[in-house]
This record gives sequence, C-alpha cells and structure tokens, in this order.
Amino acid sequence: MDWGTFFDMGGRGFYVWGSYIVTAIVMIGELMLLRNRRRILERHEDE
Amino acid sequence: MNWLKYSAPQTFYPLADTLVPLFAWPAAILTLIGLYIGFFVAPTDATQGEVYRIIFIHVPAAWMSMVIYLAMAFWAALGLIMNTRLSFMMAQALAPTGAMFTFVALWTGAFWGKPTWGTWWAWDARMTSELILLFLYVGYMSLTAAIEDTRRADRAGALLAIVGSINIPIIYFSVKWWNTLHQGASVSLTKSPSMAKTMLLAMLIMTFAFWAYSIAASLMRLRCIVREREKQAQWLNEAKE
Repeated sequence: MDWGTFFDMGGRGFYVWGSYIVTAIVMIGELMLLRNRRRILERHEDE
Repeated sequence: MNWLKYSAPQTFYPLADTLVPLFAWPAAILTLIGLYIGFFVAPTDATQGEVYRIIFIHVPAAWMSMVIYLAMAFWAALGLIMNTRLSFMMAQALAPTGAMFTFVALWTGAFWGKPTWGTWWAWDARMTSELILLFLYVGYMSLTAAIEDTRRADRAGALLAIVGSINIPIIYFSVKWWNTLHQGASVSLTKSPSMAKTMLLAMLIMTFAFWAYSIAASLMRLRCIVREREKQAQWLNEAKE
C-alpha cells in the first residue's frame, strides 16, 4: 500500500481530508469541552 | 422497573457514569471499523473517484442532525405535557451535539460539493433547510441560555424546539419535492440502495458509531446539567435561609 496515493485521494485529498479532519476536531473538541465542564463542577464541590 | 427513580440526581449520577463508557467505547471501535472499510475495502466510485468517501461521515452526520432534533423535540414535548424537569434537561443535553452534527453535515457537504458540482454552497432546498436546522439548534440554545428562570427557559425552548420540528420532514423530502442540486437519497426505506455493498456497510457502521457517540456525549452533558441545576437550587435555598 502506497501512502502517497492514499493521502492524495485521486487528487481530491484536500477535500476528503478537509472534511475528515474538521469532523474529528469538532467531535473530539465537544468531548473535551464536556470533560472540562465536569471537571469545573467537581472542583467546586471539593471546596 | 421504576424509571422515574432515575430522575433523582443521586440515582442518576451512578447510572450515567455506567452508561457513558458503554456507548463511548462502541462509538470509538465502530468508527475505526467503519473508516477501515470505508477507506480500504470500499471500491473507488465509478463516476466520482475517491472524493465520494466523504459520504461515510456526511450522510451519518446529516441523519444524526435530524434524528437528534426529533429526539430533542420529543423530550421537549414530553416535558411540556408531563411537566417533568428531567425531560427538559434531556432536550437541552441533546442540542449542542445535534448542532455539531448539523455543522459537520454542512461542512462536509461543502467540501464534497466544490470538487463535484464546482461550488461550495447553493441555495437549494436541501442545503437551505439544513442550514435552517443549524439556526434552530443555535436559536434553541441561545434562548434557553438567555432566560434566567430555568422553568421559563425550559418552556420557551421547548416551544421553539417543537415548532421547529416542521423543518425535519422538509429536509428529508426536499430532494423529492423540489428539483435540487443535491442528489436524491442513495438509501431509502422503500427502495434497495443504489450503492455498492461495502460502501453501504461502511456508511451504516459509521451511522451506528455516530449514534453511540451522540448518546455518550449527551449523557455526559445531561449529567453536568443535572448537577449544575441541583447546585443552583442549593444556592437559592441557602440564600433564602
């Protein structure tokens, strides 16, 4: 398997990876925001 | 089984803590399987080449954007009818995840539209109604956040969510009712799908992954909302004393 051709996506790499990377960022970002929100809540409880 | 008892925060927290990983792990594993099939097993499309592989996130995200909205409107309606606070909280817990998937559907649609249609965006019925869906989510979130009295915020938000659900059949049937730039459904309940089996399989696995993700994320959020409100009530009580 040639990774160069894989990432090139038949010359459409920008569009394919532009879709996938942004999707990954917003989904993982949502989970991180949620973890943060919970952490803030728990920190206040310890006080 | 008495489900109502889970609406009490003391019983709800441990339940949420058990449920979240039960959905989060399948979400992660299904995503890996779906992407593997989508990129390494599914063949190159005869007409579109490789760029069609955006479908494995575009269609599941678009489905989730609609399903989550319907779930949100359902909980909102149940809250109004039964006057159960947890229902309103469930509606609120779903909204940001729904908005996120609506954004993903629009974004990946633009990145698919540019190389195949030559444009990032068109004001066609499917895309415009999906954009309206994003505004409905954002409107619901800002409305419930703007009203300080949670009771009133819940009710006002619920009303908006219910009225806005008219938009869902409009999105779904838009490609049938109007002559749109957006293509018709590749998968429908009545016809056999017009795609290769492995393509369809990857898309369905990604859909299950997004379902599991949505449930995990909204449960995490629901847990925070319950706790935040519980605290607010505590403060109010302490202030009164």
